[in-house]
Amino acid sequence: MTAADLMFDGPTPEVDGPVLKVDDLRVSFPSESGRVRAVRGLSYEVAPGEVLGIVGESGSGKSVSSLAVMGLLPAQARVSGSIRFRGKELLGLGDTELSRIRGRRISMVFQDPLSALTPVYTVGDQIAEALLTHGKGRVSKQQANNRAVELLDLVGIPNAAQRAKAFPHEFSGGMRQRAVIAIAIANDPDLIIADEPTTALDVTVQAQVLEVLKTAQEVTGAGIVIITHDLGVVAGFADRLMVMYAGRAVETGPVDEVYPHPRMPYTLGLLGSIPRLDADEKQPLVPIEGQPPSLVELPPGCPFAPRCPMAVEACTTAEPPLAEVAPGHHAACIRSDEIAGTDADAAEVYGVDVVEEPPIAAVPREQRETVLEVQDLVKAYPLTKGSVFKRTIGSVRAVDGISFDIRTGETLGLVGESGCGKTTTLMEILGLEKLQSGRIAVLGKETTALDRTARKAIRRDMQVVFQDPMAALDPRMPISDILAEPMQVHGYSQAQIDARVPELLDLVGLRREHADRYPAEFSGGQRQRIGIARALALEPRLIVLDEPVSALDVSIQAGVINLLDELKAKLGLSYLFVAHDLSVVRHIADRVAVMYLGKIIEIGSVEKVFGAPEHPYTQALLSAIPIPDPVVERRRERIILTGDLPSPANPPQGCRFHTRCFKFAALPEAQRALCLDQEPDLDGAGDHRAACHYAESRAVV
Amino acid sequence: MATITSDAAAPGASPVDGGAPKRERSATRSRLVLRRFLRRKGAVFGLIVVVLLYLMAFLGPLISPWGYAEPDYTAFLQPPSAEHWFGTTKIGEDVFAQVMRGLQKSLTIGLLVGVISTSVAALVGALAGYFGGWVDRTLMWVVDLLLVLPSFLIIAVLSPAFKGESWLLFVALLAAFSWMITARIVRGMTLTLREREYVKAARFMGQSPLRIIFKHIVPNMASLLIIDATITIGAAVLSETGLSFFGFGVQPPDVSLGTLIATGTDSVITYPWLFYLPAGFLVLFVLAVNLFGDGLRDALDPSSTRARKRATKSEEESE
Repeated sequence: MTAADLMFDGPTPEVDGPVLKVDDLRVSFPSESGRVRAVRGLSYEVAPGEVLGIVGESGSGKSVSSLAVMGLLPAQARVSGSIRFRGKELLGLGDTELSRIRGRRISMVFQDPLSALTPVYTVGDQIAEALLTHGKGRVSKQQANNRAVELLDLVGIPNAAQRAKAFPHEFSGGMRQRAVIAIAIANDPDLIIADEPTTALDVTVQAQVLEVLKTAQEVTGAGIVIITHDLGVVAGFADRLMVMYAGRAVETGPVDEVYPHPRMPYTLGLLGSIPRLDADEKQPLVPIEGQPPSLVELPPGCPFAPRCPMAVEACTTAEPPLAEVAPGHHAACIRSDEIAGTDADAAEVYGVDVVEEPPIAAVPREQRETVLEVQDLVKAYPLTKGSVFKRTIGSVRAVDGISFDIRTGETLGLVGESGCGKTTTLMEILGLEKLQSGRIAVLGKETTALDRTARKAIRRDMQVVFQDPMAALDPRMPISDILAEPMQVHGYSQAQIDARVPELLDLVGLRREHADRYPAEFSGGQRQRIGIARALALEPRLIVLDEPVSALDVSIQAGVINLLDELKAKLGLSYLFVAHDLSVVRHIADRVAVMYLGKIIEIGSVEKVFGAPEHPYTQALLSAIPIPDPVVERRRERIILTGDLPSPANPPQGCRFHTRCFKFAALPEAQRALCLDQEPDLDGAGDHRAACHYAESRAVV
Repeated sequence: MATITSDAAAPGASPVDGGAPKRERSATRSRLVLRRFLRRKGAVFGLIVVVLLYLMAFLGPLISPWGYAEPDYTAFLQPPSAEHWFGTTKIGEDVFAQVMRGLQKSLTIGLLVGVISTSVAALVGALAGYFGGWVDRTLMWVVDLLLVLPSFLIIAVLSPAFKGESWLLFVALLAAFSWMITARIVRGMTLTLREREYVKAARFMGQSPLRIIFKHIVPNMASLLIIDATITIGAAVLSETGLSFFGFGVQPPDVSLGTLIATGTDSVITYPWLFYLPAGFLVLFVLAVNLFGDGLRDALDPSSTRARKRATKSEEESE
């Protein structure tokens, strides 16, 4: 056999019928409180070359069901039903037999690309290993190595021959995920299972990786099962969609059918809970109240009934089966006809109120008080070498001269990929320490010229909400103490504190009697509400929000965003909202600043920046965000950036973006010189400014 | 009382949606800790035993007709009797009086050394870890210095100089040489805790560094510190025994459990009361301290399910 025979043979012509047929799959695990029924009667099929998207909140059984297909569940799991791969029953096969199929005919792409690769072998070796394991005797080591390079090239890794000799830690996250995909397609599989393949990645890299997956699917002709919580990813990538809830499929169908006409209130709610990048006006988000049910002792009836706004008596008696509501479209709801009849949208069904604009919104921006002003802020970390005699060999300019201001009642969204300096900016603002360069003024007071008391007074006006609701609350303190802490620091009397704590709990929609519980007893969304309540305790003017919703499930996220909206209107707050999710920023912010490598490259009102972005990076960023609407998503032109974020220790000369800029690549040689030599200033007409020599607006949403 | 529902019993189900009784004022941390502690029967038992041992050690000699250094020339090596409850030694000393006196010394030395050394370790480690810079370097230099000094030798050399002085000096010496390793561990944990978001949140709300250390950092290391304290108590009693055995620790005619065990070892088969009674009290004491420490750790640690599980059970019973 020669290397050429190992090439992909394109879509496998052989058998007709589904590649994978799962029938009445049930998986349960023992736990202290009884058996956890993680998957309860799941059936689905994947046709050759088809992409099936499985969507659900955490704990809905989506990962467990795919691990069952791979035979990777722990030994104590009890699995029943049937999993047929190309007509062959997989359940009950031994590990040795499964290993012959696993990795060769079914392969898997995991969520975390760092832990999916072994750190002590080179990437090329790991791909070659996949080939050698399954081609024993037929593939020589040399052939496998050559093939590994070809595969790396296929998944878009530049200089594949050299990079194959690199170790995983030398790869960035996106490149690692590509290498994992290369391993997955190495043996020309019939089925690829991708479990949250892009969740750990930045949005521009997510777009690249999805593109690679698409290529992989085209060359291998494999069916793909993509598991994700992001309805936007599924809209653009999948042919069919399966929504899971409490271990069962509650709605399945072609994406073109399900997105516009969901027939199950849960799907409806999920679709309504995502902030959309292409929303013209502020639409309220739909929070789905409550928590997914415990899978230990499910009460009879529809598992979604306790959270369902349309639940009636009959819902609690029996669990509705997955019934066909339209050709190829199934939903498990007894009232799906009614939803079909009215074609109601989520906001109506769930009854969400529109938050009224606060009176301050009517005042022109220039006349409002400036809450926070940042000017030419610089933060550089020295790079040192040597352990005994440290000497500075350079510096990482994490934040390199940024300026913005926030007025009363305004939300500024600060966006950018990881490593662009968002968090450093926040820490500099919150730290109130001496700055390396530039100035920060809070409510007109310069932070550098503060004594201890004045600094403490400023802290009162500026509070913070952190990203991770698990880590932001001291696990050893009951909620009442957590909420009381800022007030104790600022000298409130015990009587005032006792009166304020229940007030705060009311304000964020928690119950007063929760005060004496510990953070561990709350869900993520509730914990984030506690974090917000703590920030509100001192009645601040400005709240700094560091990715406040990115750790939450979509349906919970919507509730927190609505709460933030409502609080802003009610209390006249200003927000500095740091996020990497541009859809959320689009929903909540009034103005937005886009950062790249420590610089703001575009700033302006949300309508301007999202509607007519001028900087190529903003355009690429926006075009990379999936929109949960298959029709729009397919029509959209996607700008795929090449490469990864350059190291901030050594930013490119001239315009920092030129290494990845599609516009620069298209420029004639003569005009390129400007980009290479001169760093563009942030300028433009009026409020909307962009730092590009050849800025021109382009609609990408 | 349904204040704390078990998460483990119902994963996914929001405990917060469950019914909870209305209460006027929410309980503070100390009250919650006490409530959780009282639910652990073993811990309460440990606490009671420690308290009882203390009472016995100090009240026992008052009701005993014999003093610990007062020989009864009519009874040598007598087994326990109505006259001498725990028997007598070969020179006619009353073993009960001696054990009580030994308990007084050992309990006090053990507990004091445990508490002092753990507190010093927590304070030094947390300060070094939290502030970093020269504070860190200075404190860690002291730690390293103390670590390389042979503590046994130093105490042995110093103890003649302290002869006749209070035994509290002996406690101070033991404590001074037993906190360093814990301090290093505490420093390491502080380095990670310092970067936690709740510590940052406290800093950004204007909380002073010392308060952050005592409110957020030290409580979050409570499990480590409590276990460390209970181990140190046992270790302190043992070092005291060792030093006393060689004649450096507690000096005769004063006695401690250590000296009593040391002298009783020879006659463990022939005159078992000389060995088993002081040894039994030592075992009982260390066991009780450990049970108490376990319970306190679970009460302080909200993620520990054991304290909570009891809660659900007792709830069901009461409802």
